[in-house]
Amino acid sequence: MRAQLLAIAVVVGLVFAGTSMAFSGTAQASGGTPEAPDHDWKHTGVFGTFDRAELQRGFQVFQEVCASCHSLEFIAFRNLMEIGFSEEQVKAIAAEYEVEDGPDNEGEMFMRAARPSDYFPAPFANSQAARFANGGAMPPDLSVIVKARDGGINYLYGILTGYEEEAPEGVDLAEGMSYNHYFPGHQIAMPEPLYEEAVEYADSTEPTLEQLANDVSVFLAWTAEPEMEIRKKTGLKVLIFIAIFTGLVYIIKRRIWAKLH
Amino acid sequence: MTTPLHRYRVVQWIDYRLPIFSWANEHLVEYPAPRNLNYWWNFGSLAGIMLVVQIVTGIILAMHYTPHVDLAFNSTEHIMRDVEWGWMMRYIHANGASMFFVVIYIHIFRGFYYGSYKSPREILWWMGVVILFLMMGASFLGYVLPWGQMSFWAATVITNLISAIPWIGETLVQWLWGGFSVDNPTLNRFFSLHYLLPFLLCGVVFLHLWALHHRKSNNPLGIDIKSSKDTIPFSPYYTVKDMVGLGVMFFVLAIFVFYLPNFLGESINYIKADPLVTPPHIVPEWYFLPYYAILRAVPDKLGGVIAMVASIAILFVLPWLDTSKVRSARFRPVYKQFFWIFLADCFVLGWVGANPPEGAFILIGRICSIYYFAHFLIILPLLGKFERTKPLPESIHQAVLDKQGGDQASGAPPGSSSGSASGGSS
Amino acid sequence: MAETASESEQTSPQGEETRRDFLILAAGAMGAMSVVGIAWPLIETMNPSADVLALSTTEVDISGVTVGQSITVKWRGKPVFIRRRTQEEIDAARAMATDELSDPESDEARVQQAEWLILVGVCTHLGCIPLGNKFGDPRGDFGGWFCPCHGSHYDTSGRIRQGPAPKNLEVPTYKFLDDTLVQIG
Repeated sequence: MRAQLLAIAVVVGLVFAGTSMAFSGTAQASGGTPEAPDHDWKHTGVFGTFDRAELQRGFQVFQEVCASCHSLEFIAFRNLMEIGFSEEQVKAIAAEYEVEDGPDNEGEMFMRAARPSDYFPAPFANSQAARFANGGAMPPDLSVIVKARDGGINYLYGILTGYEEEAPEGVDLAEGMSYNHYFPGHQIAMPEPLYEEAVEYADSTEPTLEQLANDVSVFLAWTAEPEMEIRKKTGLKVLIFIAIFTGLVYIIKRRIWAKLH
Repeated sequence: MTTPLHRYRVVQWIDYRLPIFSWANEHLVEYPAPRNLNYWWNFGSLAGIMLVVQIVTGIILAMHYTPHVDLAFNSTEHIMRDVEWGWMMRYIHANGASMFFVVIYIHIFRGFYYGSYKSPREILWWMGVVILFLMMGASFLGYVLPWGQMSFWAATVITNLISAIPWIGETLVQWLWGGFSVDNPTLNRFFSLHYLLPFLLCGVVFLHLWALHHRKSNNPLGIDIKSSKDTIPFSPYYTVKDMVGLGVMFFVLAIFVFYLPNFLGESINYIKADPLVTPPHIVPEWYFLPYYAILRAVPDKLGGVIAMVASIAILFVLPWLDTSKVRSARFRPVYKQFFWIFLADCFVLGWVGANPPEGAFILIGRICSIYYFAHFLIILPLLGKFERTKPLPESIHQAVLDKQGGDQASGAPPGSSSGSASGGSS
Repeated sequence: MAETASESEQTSPQGEETRRDFLILAAGAMGAMSVVGIAWPLIETMNPSADVLALSTTEVDISGVTVGQSITVKWRGKPVFIRRRTQEEIDAARAMATDELSDPESDEARVQQAEWLILVGVCTHLGCIPLGNKFGDPRGDFGGWFCPCHGSHYDTSGRIRQGPAPKNLEVPTYKFLDDTLVQIG
């Protein structure tokens, strides 16, 4: 019995060691780029939930700063109700945007005000237009960016706060690039998007660089995983249920097997 | 044969025409199983259950997924966001694939340790190897479907291996692609084949279980069943024990599904496939890493492919490579050490596979790959000839009695779990 | 472990039996709960998804529709007939005695504004799209719509008058947002 348990422990330990080694290998960005440090997030952790106020501020930052270059293709205006906006507010937000519809009775496409069922319109018609407007670089869609990068939300926060005014000694910045601590290779085509007071928050929170970066990062964590809260809640119920059920079945198993002796 | 249910006339009526009740009674209730099976014997049923979980969640996902290059990624996000419980179905299916492999690898290594592949279970073992090949095929095809960067580039790398085959390789790979590179025709047919393979799997699993029931299960002592004193009916003993294992497995699966859903995945698969941008590191899912290491260990393209396929195909001849007359490693002290070394070798290969083929990884990968084959081709045949094995017990039930006698002599109450579980009852 | 603890617990047969019964009962109940808990999401997952539900209303611009004209719009994947009725059509609909209809319904109950008749253009028999909305279409014997599949005739209120269809053409939920815009669904 002890040998068995030891064997299990060794196997499990090896698996974890193996996977964490394997994945720390790939998590490290290309040679020399440091991993973004852990920032304090409210929503990570087994019981984590999103702070609706944070999400709404983050949405405001996205709207006013990021949306000029970045699309958000998987978010529909109706989804904003999940971050605390009312149906009326969502209709009003949607109506600020225009989307293409048609063809009309004359066969022409036309623009109309967006409705809650519409998705966020992209700032550029296609990737070529996006590249053309951004010096050849393509601003990626941000809907799942937090899941699409190693380091996730920490990486995002690191990027947003990791700009340097000037490149350090010996680093030759290419034309149009900026120096960033956490971007792989350190040269990033996006100019520093956030700075103190870039946005005047509707709820009057002080818009320091850290606050802006924090809020928009949490907002994008939500766009990547809108199911997070219900996922964790369901998970807790499921785990407790399985634990109790398995415990019960184990007791029954012991009783049934006891008869063998 | 009559079952307890035969007291109902309906049951008699049905059973007379289609003996499902008798059959179920023979194979699920009265089926004689060795009384000393330990928890390492749970993993077969766990694998069967994971197959069912994958099929059920897969059929649900197929209701909402679109296998077209312009729509696949978006349809997956649609599942995650708009379909009720879609996120859960998707995460169960993705993490379920990993769970399936965890369970199967433990199941296979149980077979290594206790000699379950030896006569008369060679064909049972072969069915198992076929199942492993089909699982690898199904999971490879499935990983392509979300059409992320890793989906596309893993498909490109792996299908390109086929072009290594002399003469027909190029034609064959274009036939597989349905074009000149991985593109929409490829995605479409991969979806069709991904749906097909699990049902082929069901067929081979049936053969696997049929072979098992014909010659009955092996056991931790590796000695044959000699009389009915060595066995107990499958139900209720192993049905309830399997349910315990099921609970533990679902608990582990639930941790991943609900709290670590992307831990085992690659983040770049959340970027839409781009045929014009190759990711810096192309890695398969963790369960393919050891084979990936072996593939890359050989500097020649065709050689690497042959080595990779051979690393699994060699399992077909394992019953003959291992020349030992003794099945279980419990009585093979030298083989036991080599078993652990082999296991460690597989883990190291996996670690090598996860890393770029640079620097020390190249040498380590080569050494471990050579060792992998040496284990099968050199060590096992020699061990059978030269190893001094420990004396085998007379019979299973005698060994169980001896164990209990020993327990009683040492004052522990019967049925308690002290020492190693040759009784298998804890 | 468990066995040494049992020495201090009830070992009387009745105690054993009640505990065993409880265990089996509890396990059985939890087993049943898990079956439901697994089946429920599997069933719910086939429900219309959030994006489909979001498109369940549509707004139609009716400013271009002249008296006596009909248009067809798509709503929830089905055609919706919007007819701006003439006075004759309204009168004909109102003249019919309700209780003589096979699916009794007064015309007043089927319209919010007498002039505007809004119907789901799907025959209540077996789902074909009745003719009568386009210029030159046959309208059947009652001036409304005619279903070519099995010969159902609908009147100027969309009610079934002749033929195998069991019910009148369905009136969807709608509301007039203003004089030119009607929201369906």
